Amino acid sequence: MTKRVTVGPAGYMPASAPEMGVELAPKGQALLYGDVVSEEEAMRDAAIALLTRDNPTIFPGPQVLWDWKDDVAEKAAAILDLASEIPNCKIIPMPDYRPKYPKIDVKAEINPNHPNLTILDNKIKACIFVGVHCHYANLSLRMIRAGTDCYTTALCAYMGHEEAMASIRDLHAEDIQKFKEIIIEERNKLGIEWETTLPPENPSLEKEDFSTLSPADYGEYRSLIMTKKGEHVTETE
Amino acid sequence: MDASQRPQLEKKKVDINYLLKEAPREQHFITGAQAMAEAVKRANVDMAIAYPITPQSEVMHLVGDIYAQGHIKEYYRAEEELGTMSAIAGAARAGVRLFTATSGPGLLRGLEAIVSWSGHRVPAVLGILTRVVNAPLSIQPDNIEMAYMMHCGAVMLHAENQQDTFDMTLAAFAITEKVDVYIPVAVATEGFFVTHAKGYVDMMADDLCLPDFDPVAAPVPAMDNETPPARIQRDAPVQKSNFMSYLIHSVWQQEIWDSNKRAMKYIYEYLGGPIEVQNPEADVFVVASGCAAAQAREAWRYGQEEGLSVGLIKVRAIRPFPIKEIQEATKNAKTLIVPEHNIIGWLSKEVKAAIPNGGIVVEGPRVYGGMTLPVELIMKEIYTALGLEYELNL
Repeated sequence: MTKRVTVGPAGYMPASAPEMGVELAPKGQALLYGDVVSEEEAMRDAAIALLTRDNPTIFPGPQVLWDWKDDVAEKAAAILDLASEIPNCKIIPMPDYRPKYPKIDVKAEINPNHPNLTILDNKIKACIFVGVHCHYANLSLRMIRAGTDCYTTALCAYMGHEEAMASIRDLHAEDIQKFKEIIIEERNKLGIEWETTLPPENPSLEKEDFSTLSPADYGEYRSLIMTKKGEHVTETE
Repeated sequence: MDASQRPQLEKKKVDINYLLKEAPREQHFITGAQAMAEAVKRANVDMAIAYPITPQSEVMHLVGDIYAQGHIKEYYRAEEELGTMSAIAGAARAGVRLFTATSGPGLLRGLEAIVSWSGHRVPAVLGILTRVVNAPLSIQPDNIEMAYMMHCGAVMLHAENQQDTFDMTLAAFAITEKVDVYIPVAVATEGFFVTHAKGYVDMMADDLCLPDFDPVAAPVPAMDNETPPARIQRDAPVQKSNFMSYLIHSVWQQEIWDSNKRAMKYIYEYLGGPIEVQNPEADVFVVASGCAAAQAREAWRYGQEEGLSVGLIKVRAIRPFPIKEIQEATKNAKTLIVPEHNIIGWLSKEVKAAIPNGGIVVEGPRVYGGMTLPVELIMKEIYTALGLEYELNL
């Protein structure tokens, strides 16, 4: 098979993977370098990349950062399990999609408007996107392939991503657990010693103190938490 | 009365594949405008927004009727087309199923908003009931406005007749809402020739409808203020002049056209593919879309009766344009005749660009300004292509 979607940098303004003729994998299968393969084959290749390339990092998006849907907590727990089995793995979230001005804290977060900044500054050579809305995942994966030498893995709850080197579709918590098991197998094959360890706390994020939270902390979202005229909120979460 | 207080009809919600392919159908004799409204009736539409200016067709009037009957949750008349199309974009942020329709000058007035729909990932269905573009002022059929729509990222289907109008409109709702597509789908057909003329349409019972719109199954967050991840809006790149903002815009544009490409597999799934080919071994093909395909079909039928080596390629999908399919279907063809209802010949340009030997394309016959397309004009081109004499008597 010809590898069509490979580790970058692909260039200044490269053709997108669909422009190169890459199509999303059908149900039950995955994409690896733009070709349709079994899910296991894609996971094994991604596992080796995450185990052998520098500064492996997981980028969780909004869909797994908030407990907003039945299956999300289970999925998020599985992601932590997965991260614990990748030696020296970091977790850098993509909590929202708005451009960061005046300057992004590249140690604290990644952003779809300029994901390459976080990748380049942290010298990330292998990463996983999970829980990022597909539109923004595609933009990010495309820019990363264009401008960095990072191996990208997409774990997608829907149909996957042509731009990732490895793309898994219809993701559930059990698929993440399966990926974790494959990572452990490949790690053992490579003879890498590792004790299950959670990634370090994000050093750039201040500890949150909810006891002093005020409406002002919500900034432009303030109006969303304020009661309407005449409305009396008696119950809180 | 707001939408939540209005009585809703009890309907059976069924999968699109069942609805389109398996549900029993009965034949009706209705206009193209009625066919589009009947499709909307079965699409479980949350909101329709209309500006029914002349030269609109009857579609949005009929959609208003089915709103009154309880088939649609919300309907209103906007202040004009730019307002309509902007409101569609706004309503999409709230995560609802949307429909509107327009024509000719109305489409062009709304175009500024429409061209932003794809970038905003608006999953709406737009009916285009084609009309002449002014000036001079006219309300006659002519599909030149489709040329303006072809470069805005939307998926575009072109209906030959009333049946196509019904089926394509229903399929459009399924296609536009796919997570890997999620750009608007336009269903175009010719004003008057299809919208005002009656034809046979096989339709399933109107107590069947599509399942509810799922705003969560989307490539972008809907603006649902009760659901934390969705508090994020569809943030656009900051338009600061630096490489970063250029880069995000460029990959964003790529994503829109990639989404357009991804629609092709659903056009196969729901509509049987982007083209229909008759007599694939023919030397001469008539390649047509919309109601020109109906005339082309008649020319092909005459050609068959007269033993001519002539085939038909009906183009259902204008975007994504079926480049590979047309290349394959015409690889042995000697001549392609492309009849059209517009002066610029947008379809013949597309066909020429799609194939390696564009010189075999005959750009016409074309009619415009509301003129009808006599089958004899196409027959004359077929005879000429085959080196035969044809006496044109109109």
